Amino acid sequence: MHILLRGRDIDNIKALDVYEAHGGFAGMKKALAMTPAEVIDIVKASGLRGRGGAGFPTGVKWSFIPEQEPVKFVTVNADESETGTFKDREIMEENPYQLIEGSLICAYAIQAKAVYIYLRGEFWDIGDQLDACIESLREKGYAGENIMGSGYDCEVYTHLGAGAYICGEESALLNSLEGYLGQPRVRPPFPAQKGGGLYKEATVVNNVETLANVPFILSEGADAFKAIGTEQSTGNKIYCVSGHVKRPGNYELPMGTTFRELLYEQAGGPLHEERPFKAMLPSGGSGPIVPLTDDVLDTPMSYEDCANIGTIIGSASIIIMDETVDMTWVASKVTKFFKHESCGKCTPCREGTYWLDKVIDRILDGRGTPDDVKRIADVAENMAGTTLCALGDFAANPIIHTIRHFPDDFAQHVGPQVGSGESMK
Amino acid sequence: MAIIDNPKYTERINQHLAKYETKRSAVMPLLYIAQEEYGWVNQAGINEVAELLNLDPTQVKSIAGFYTMYSEKPKGQYWLQVCTDLPCALKGADEFHAWLKEELGVEEGGTTADGMFTVEHVMCLAACDKAPMLQCNFRYVEDLDQDKMRDLLARWRAEAGQSPNGRGQE
Repeated sequence: MHILLRGRDIDNIKALDVYEAHGGFAGMKKALAMTPAEVIDIVKASGLRGRGGAGFPTGVKWSFIPEQEPVKFVTVNADESETGTFKDREIMEENPYQLIEGSLICAYAIQAKAVYIYLRGEFWDIGDQLDACIESLREKGYAGENIMGSGYDCEVYTHLGAGAYICGEESALLNSLEGYLGQPRVRPPFPAQKGGGLYKEATVVNNVETLANVPFILSEGADAFKAIGTEQSTGNKIYCVSGHVKRPGNYELPMGTTFRELLYEQAGGPLHEERPFKAMLPSGGSGPIVPLTDDVLDTPMSYEDCANIGTIIGSASIIIMDETVDMTWVASKVTKFFKHESCGKCTPCREGTYWLDKVIDRILDGRGTPDDVKRIADVAENMAGTTLCALGDFAANPIIHTIRHFPDDFAQHVGPQVGSGESMK
Repeated sequence: MAIIDNPKYTERINQHLAKYETKRSAVMPLLYIAQEEYGWVNQAGINEVAELLNLDPTQVKSIAGFYTMYSEKPKGQYWLQVCTDLPCALKGADEFHAWLKEELGVEEGGTTADGMFTVEHVMCLAACDKAPMLQCNFRYVEDLDQDKMRDLLARWRAEAGQSPNGRGQE
């Protein structure tokens, strides 16, 4: 059953009357009949965790917003820029009202003044569609002043980015929305605190998929949501599958479904029958790569189980590589991404990604040495944990984990191992 | 023409100014309008955006330079941005990108002599299940191969002169 990708089950659910006929705004209606604190409690009880990658409990995040602050905001992270991620796009294209309803429930729960939906610039046509949706909602009293006769007012706006991965990082997103360079902020104060959010006001920043779950939680109850998934990873998740599978695409399945079920039953197995799977990036370019062994394939796709195999489920942007793929090339590709997307603020990330790219290029060209492999591992380890945002860690991951799991792929470029330092002379 | 006092943009500019708590927040949408008017973000556009928002032109220019979707030099009539990021590359996007440049006789980031096509590669566009793909003047064209692309290039050449600058024209 789809909770999120309902555009696949219901014809034209992107029309407001169809959305209403299929339970649209039932969750909002229930929320408005409760106190904001009760709404937060239900979301907490559902166990919903952030779908943007970090997996932070959503209700807990909302509860951080100080009640006494007079001005608060909700910002929807629709920047969808992680390599291999294309799930929020389908939610917004095919089921846009559910995202807006979820955002308004969140807004009511923290008593926000307005919702800003921050879309990556390439999604301008989705932005146009959302603007039209917002207009329809205002006309029917679901947004704007006195929402559904409750006395609660909240405006909803869209904002377009302009091509910068870093703006998916919540504090960079807020800077970008305020018209500054999209670079991360020093925390604390955190976005949920006075001084740390949008226009220095307390702000919830949630991913599209996270908020699109909220109407179901309100209308069907926390228990119905918790009945799906595992104990620590509740609900459905949209898994974006790309690379060497027969049927790439979005798959909405319960959290805790195994990788094997997703990759073989749903995505059809290896693209070329004769080329078995070799490796997987389960969370786009930013999460640790893992070899696709039987143990990994039988791992449930949940926050807790993915930690046990040394990676993360993150945003579930699952990139699959078959046995023909050279992991040195993968490390290079992902490094080029982060080099391009590093915002330049923190030295370890700005310089580290630059040098990693140069040295990996040298290795791929056949001019590298075994010391170069050690060198990039060393550079990567010195980037991890030394930057204001997680991009520095993300950029270190592909290097550290490709070398750890696939040393032979690097060795084939740098020749037989020679004594440390010898090749530098 | 200009964007200030241009009736074509007045309503949109006012809408953007109204939706934010500060004028400065409108810098990104206004830069898109400048790009739409001039075809790229030129100094005239930067100066006008700065004037509308009470900012220094240098501040506006730094924003324009930070993001890849603001073009700081003129592009061809069709600005083709091929995704060559990992998921697309696993499905042949690097080869497709190289072929396209050769087909059009341009280097990376270059524009054809007739001013028709600019080709460059970009990072992930969130269309990984439909690789190879590109965006043409910010409109997605997906599930590409050489035959399909040749047809598109021919069609776009035939339609030349009808496409305004900026976004929205495939």
